[in-house]
Amino acid sequence: MSNLEILLILIIAAAIAYYATKRQAQSWQASRDKTKLDSLPNYYGYFGAICTLLPALIVLSFWSFIEGNIISALVVSKFERLSALNASDLSLVMNEIKIIVESGLSEKNSNDLFYEKAAVLIERYSLVSLFLKVASVFALSILGFMYAYLKITPRFKARKKVEKTAVYLLLLSALVAILTTAGIIFSVLFESIAFFSQISIFDFVFGTHWSPQIAIREGQVSSTGGFGAFPLFWGTILISIIAMIVAAPLGLISAIYLAEYAQPKIRNVVKPILEILAGVPTVVYGFFAALTVGPMVSGFGDRLNEFGMSFEIELFAGLVVSSESALAAGLVMGMMIMPFILSLSDDVINAVPDSLRDGSIAMGSTKSETVWKVVFPAALPGIVGGFLLAISRAIGETMIVLMAAGVAANLTANPLNSVTTVTTQIVVLLTGDQEFDSIKTLSAFALALGLFVTTLILNILALQIVRRYREQYE
Amino acid sequence: MNNLEIVKAGLNKRYAKERRFKFYGIFSISLSMLFLFFLLFDIGAKSIPAFTQTYINLDIEFDKKLMKLQDQDSYSEETLFSASYSKLGRNALYKLFPEVTERKQKKALRQMLSSGARYDLRDAVLENNDYVGTTQNLWVLAGDDIDAFVKGLIDRNIPEADRRVKDYQVEWVDTLEAQNKIERRFNINFFTSGDSREPEQAGILGALKGSFYTMLVTLLLSFPIAVSAAIYLEEFAPKNNWWIDIIEININNLAAVPSIVFGILGLAVYINLFGVPRSAPLVGGLVLTLMTLPTIIISTRAALKSVPPSIREAALSIGASKMQVITHHVLPLAMPGILTGSIIGMAQALGETAPLLMIGMVAFVADIPQSILDPATVLPVQVFIWSDSPERGFIALTSAAIVTLLVFLFFMNLVAIVLRKKFETRW
Repeated sequence: MSNLEILLILIIAAAIAYYATKRQAQSWQASRDKTKLDSLPNYYGYFGAICTLLPALIVLSFWSFIEGNIISALVVSKFERLSALNASDLSLVMNEIKIIVESGLSEKNSNDLFYEKAAVLIERYSLVSLFLKVASVFALSILGFMYAYLKITPRFKARKKVEKTAVYLLLLSALVAILTTAGIIFSVLFESIAFFSQISIFDFVFGTHWSPQIAIREGQVSSTGGFGAFPLFWGTILISIIAMIVAAPLGLISAIYLAEYAQPKIRNVVKPILEILAGVPTVVYGFFAALTVGPMVSGFGDRLNEFGMSFEIELFAGLVVSSESALAAGLVMGMMIMPFILSLSDDVINAVPDSLRDGSIAMGSTKSETVWKVVFPAALPGIVGGFLLAISRAIGETMIVLMAAGVAANLTANPLNSVTTVTTQIVVLLTGDQEFDSIKTLSAFALALGLFVTTLILNILALQIVRRYREQYE
Repeated sequence: MNNLEIVKAGLNKRYAKERRFKFYGIFSISLSMLFLFFLLFDIGAKSIPAFTQTYINLDIEFDKKLMKLQDQDSYSEETLFSASYSKLGRNALYKLFPEVTERKQKKALRQMLSSGARYDLRDAVLENNDYVGTTQNLWVLAGDDIDAFVKGLIDRNIPEADRRVKDYQVEWVDTLEAQNKIERRFNINFFTSGDSREPEQAGILGALKGSFYTMLVTLLLSFPIAVSAAIYLEEFAPKNNWWIDIIEININNLAAVPSIVFGILGLAVYINLFGVPRSAPLVGGLVLTLMTLPTIIISTRAALKSVPPSIREAALSIGASKMQVITHHVLPLAMPGILTGSIIGMAQALGETAPLLMIGMVAFVADIPQSILDPATVLPVQVFIWSDSPERGFIALTSAAIVTLLVFLFFMNLVAIVLRKKFETRW
């Protein structure tokens, strides 16, 4: 019996409980002495359903979460051959055993008798676990229903109880956000600590040599060479700078024009069109950057190179032009974050009170002078906040850089060269067929920790600035 | 010179500045719009070749010997299924061009047909069992190089050495064309089959279904959780409480966390800790749920906030409890806003790629997923996989997949806009 089937049965049971308790309440209402109920009959029904469903559901989900790990632990403790293995080998062996269990024991698909034995044991334990699970869940559900049925009386405050439970459930949903953040922190923190116990933080942050693909065997650790992440940080910064050079003026000037000059008619057409840019999936930008903008940029670089050669301008002649370039990725990323800056700036500019504009116009200044000398300074904190959010988005962007910027870790300031970024390396390190606790995969978690912390600081700073700015004019 | 003259002297300069500034605004808006149209046009134009495909008309002789069948009058489905079909197409080609004898040229001739042609022939035989032993005139799928050549993607004027199609192949194609035996048809394959290593056989149905299952999981989880969380925060949460503040900061911050970090969370928590199967739409949906939650929560809160207090007070004054006020009055009135936010959140999730790479949805999956537990990929990841493939035909396929994805996103956003326009009430 799968969890889904158990769930379905529980829901049916809850529906029955709902009707049974509701009928009970209605019968009181209809009885000869017209007993006055504390709540509407529906609420008695809800109370019955909650008592039937909720405890059973909690046990069911809890059991399902821990079941697998407990069974594995039990099996491992039974076989000396398994408990002697280290963690990564163990997980490989256990996976193999589980595949045998899934493919069915009747087929003799493994020549190792030991695997068969373990598989048989796992299947036996699973059966026991399933039986216990089903029994306890259904027993709880029946007990819950009996409790509810015996508990209700005409004076029973069913509505209060039901509503209180509902509020707790709502609170639980709100806590998912906290759980998510905690999950993120825990999932990157532990692996990062494991990584930094082998590679020092200093070497990681300031080392300039990044080549984790050279497999480092166990016991050969802490020859730091391969894990200097500085080129990645630099690549990320370089591409973000290019993106902001494109996006900041375009977004800001467009926003000012739309907010201050454009007629409402034009505004209502242009703004949604530009916001389409924000809705295009990043993988589409990546494809465009790699296939269209990339070749255009490298063609331009070649032209520049030839020009440098023929006129002996050293700066251009020595130019290295690669097909994957920071410039292509940065340009396209700039267009991607442009609408983001546009709509954030638009919001803050619109929030500047008209009295400021009117005052400036009354003094005889032109519209552009009003914009630059009055509106812009007043909106500056909000605009800066928007820029910070845009930078954080540029730093965390993955697909464009993955597809268009390349994977070679170059420490270069030449935007026509290929660079790599933190996000690209995370993908490259974690998508290969790697065992989970090799130092190579651990380094990806360290990078993710750096990424998370950086964007977290930027976001909190930006949100704080924007919020304070809003309060100023409210 | 009095003040008026000073002002007048500078006036032209200031007006010029004004005009210049206005021009900058128009320029930057036009530039952005130009970029958008260029992007859409570029991808649209690149996708066109993917919607047609080249077929070659051949007299296929379903010879029992070539099919490695025993000499019988009728065959069971199973025998027909496992028969050999690989030699049928090439034999028909050899017959059409009997002058080809050299080994290298024979190989080139064989490559005129797609390696998937044999499966089409198999399906034809399974449909009409009486084909066996007869000769049938059929249209057979061409190989990707020939396909690209017929579509004009390979220029016949460039030197032979730089060209993927050799001169004698060009000659064959010309001969076939002269006999009306080669033709381009609508590429139905693209919508009905899963991924393949051969561009002429690859389709997006697998990715579409993967996306569908992933979105289903995301919607079923994120919508109820987000709406409940928003109701709690907007209606029940105590004001000026420090840990409610933490939750709020948290939600705002999660909306701006890089998507790839959610992928790492999925990898470390869902897959390694809870043992959810890798590459499955289930784990993809779980990851995307966490990503879409903040979006839906924020828009739901805005929608709840916009319901005027008068409605709440009216309901409260005739004896409704707070929960009744919310479920009977506030929520129904806020529903259009909530749905709009949810659709926008789902559209974001549909286009998301990076976190799904982390949880193994980037694997090559040729089978079409049948449930949320089967290995699958989704549309944007399919775009990524194809854009990485070296074969020429995949450029068009990638663009066509992008067009499909954009069409879906367009309709989702359209529905959201219509909902907002139709049901939006200004109180």
